[in-house]
Amino acid sequence: MLYREAGQFKTSYVADQAIFPIRQDRYLALAALVVAYVAVPILGTQYWLLTIMIPFLVYSLAAIGLNILTGYAGQVSLGTGGFMAVGAFATYKIATAFPWMNIVVVFILAGLITAGVGMLFGWPSLRIKGFYLAVATLASQFFLIWMFNKFPWFTNYTASGVISAPPRAVFGNFFVTGAEASPVYKYIFVLTSVVILAFLAKNLVRGRVGRSWMAIRDMDIAAEIIGIQPLQTKLLAFAVSSFYCGISGAMWAFIYTGAVEPLAFDIDRSFQILFMIIIGGLGSILGSFLGAAFITLLPIFLEYTPVSLGFNIPINYISNAQSMIFGALIVFFLIVEPRGLARLWQIGKEKLRMWPFPY
Amino acid sequence: MEFRKLWCVAVALAAFGFGMAAEQALAQNEQFVPRLVYRTGPYAPNGIPFADGYADYLDMINARDGGVGHVKMTYEECETGYDNAKGVECYERLKNHAPTGASWVDPLSTGITYALLERTTADHIPLISMGYGRADASYGAVFPYTFTYPTTYWDGADTIITYIAQQEGGVDKLKGKKIALVYHDSAYGKEPITTLEALAKQDGFTFLKFAVSPPGIDQKATWLQIRQQKPNYVLMWGWGVMNSTAVKEAAAVGYPMDHFIGIWWSGGEPDVVPAGAAGKGYKAAQFTGVGADYPVIKDILKYVYGAGKGKTTKDKVGEVLYNRGVANAIYDTEALRTAQAKYGAKPLTGEQIQYGFEHLNLTTQRIAALGAEGLLQPVSISCSNHEGGGNTRITQWDGKAWHFVSGWIEPHHDMIRQMFQDSALAYAKEKNITPRDCSKVAQLH
Repeated sequence: MLYREAGQFKTSYVADQAIFPIRQDRYLALAALVVAYVAVPILGTQYWLLTIMIPFLVYSLAAIGLNILTGYAGQVSLGTGGFMAVGAFATYKIATAFPWMNIVVVFILAGLITAGVGMLFGWPSLRIKGFYLAVATLASQFFLIWMFNKFPWFTNYTASGVISAPPRAVFGNFFVTGAEASPVYKYIFVLTSVVILAFLAKNLVRGRVGRSWMAIRDMDIAAEIIGIQPLQTKLLAFAVSSFYCGISGAMWAFIYTGAVEPLAFDIDRSFQILFMIIIGGLGSILGSFLGAAFITLLPIFLEYTPVSLGFNIPINYISNAQSMIFGALIVFFLIVEPRGLARLWQIGKEKLRMWPFPY
Repeated sequence: MEFRKLWCVAVALAAFGFGMAAEQALAQNEQFVPRLVYRTGPYAPNGIPFADGYADYLDMINARDGGVGHVKMTYEECETGYDNAKGVECYERLKNHAPTGASWVDPLSTGITYALLERTTADHIPLISMGYGRADASYGAVFPYTFTYPTTYWDGADTIITYIAQQEGGVDKLKGKKIALVYHDSAYGKEPITTLEALAKQDGFTFLKFAVSPPGIDQKATWLQIRQQKPNYVLMWGWGVMNSTAVKEAAAVGYPMDHFIGIWWSGGEPDVVPAGAAGKGYKAAQFTGVGADYPVIKDILKYVYGAGKGKTTKDKVGEVLYNRGVANAIYDTEALRTAQAKYGAKPLTGEQIQYGFEHLNLTTQRIAALGAEGLLQPVSISCSNHEGGGNTRITQWDGKAWHFVSGWIEPHHDMIRQMFQDSALAYAKEKNITPRDCSKVAQLH
């Protein structure tokens, strides 16, 4: 009743190829953007902005990156944390070496450096697949963290190896890093970046490049036969994915936490992002967002609900329960809906087309 | 989804929403302290006794004295798991708690200290990193809201080298010796390296570094290398399971335990008990007292455990890390008292309490009056010196308990304070901070 596309006729190819072909979807996306840009900064407390919305957005960017690599191109990667670390440290080195450079340019340059590093570690993907590629990327994860710990050049020779974001403004007084940055500015900056990058990612995966990735994922020998060049395609997947992970790591270090040590990007972070895309849905941009939201909100939800319902459970029980619930949920999702929350959303939309007459 | 399931989910979500909004208890005569603790994860063996000691002291003050200046101390523990992002989340959640927000923050983690440093300075809440954290925050002109009493890692490294020199018979005997550092490969473990390198250059010993990847369960390769290179002394900057693993590995390769000296976070019972008899002779630097034979600890047993409200069991009261938690609470509440002396005995804001910390002058008489003689060292904090003490004592594990084997060793204050200042000013330059003019800050003493 609500979700019929009856009467929506496309009269041009452009209209037919829109990201949201159905008018209701377009309105929903627009409403989401309005809520994100207007309602959240006005109604949200500093806590919401700084510790829920910003990490959610930063995680979703990394999840999009890993989804491009693992979900669309089929290259299993456990090196996400390492690539985020490359982004963070590259941003730090560039920002401190060129203090006059605009922070947006610094982020993009750091993303490009991470893309290069990603291509380097993606080279083995031409010969090894699946589980073995996962192990090779695991090596990249450990190597990169070791490298940042070992060479003090990366941290400008500080005693403790912690890099701390210098204050930078996008323009004028719009500070997004450092102590002067207000939570609202930080949030708007991260939101804008994520919206733009997600839009780019969506168009990338819908087009020729995305289809070539999906062809490699589904049957790479057949893809090679019909003319998709595996070298370029796989390396491009690694490059684009690492670009996203690098920018995510840069925002993690500079905007979210402000000061970071290599330990923040260790193997647990890689697994966390992998869980996000598994739960959210492999091969789906929306799934990256849903998975990131799920994993960001679940621990907070688990900590708050017993307290607000009146049960005074000791915090270590809650913390251990979180790990158990995470694991149980991942198993549950893989059994019940292996294609993740994004598939559930799709099913929901299909059922909504029939509503209120389910048959 | 059927209606019932939907209804349950909706109720839970509503509870979540209301829970987030309705933390505000009626504002009363209370002083709130957020407790960032870790009771889970690989660092829990050390985090739990510390958190228990702190909580028990606050409970004791409430039970015995009705609070500090008759203002009741309230606290809420938030689990960080030694993770920086979780620490930031806990801080942001609790910093505006009723009635006057967070009084101060003790994260018990160098990483979380770094992550919170700018936020606490902007929010005007004192950040206490007692014997950890950013050592150069001792130069308070650049770090007005960060306090590193009673000593820092740089002082600790210096005092351990002084102790080694004493053991060898003089600083000149250090020439040509080899001193190794086994460290947790994180901000925490790397802090003493610059000081040790400077001392190596100054005193003529060779400094060897052995990084251990967190959490530090895998140290076989490290200790085989140590057996090969045969350093005269090994220092350890470890935490959590890394400590106990290191002591076991050292015993396995046959390294002489009395030449193995850990920093204060590597000198607790959970670190040596797992090694059993092999751990005998291991030494550690401490800045707090050991044992349960202090009047204040006895008060805790009486007022808190006597009423059945203790956080742990009686036999754990008096352990090294438990005592350190108590010491942290004593220092913090004494700073609160100093602030109350100026602003009145009512719930105070973080900014007012910062005054208390910056003018904290804990004398030996006051420590004795508190019943903590030997448990704490006196501190005297000022605008330019947020560390206020610096002394360390060496203890040794005899298989059953820790005993002091040295007196209070003083670090080379001039050298270390200059290092603090240089490093802090470099940070200020990088961050465009103008250091405060300490001569303009009023001194109480």
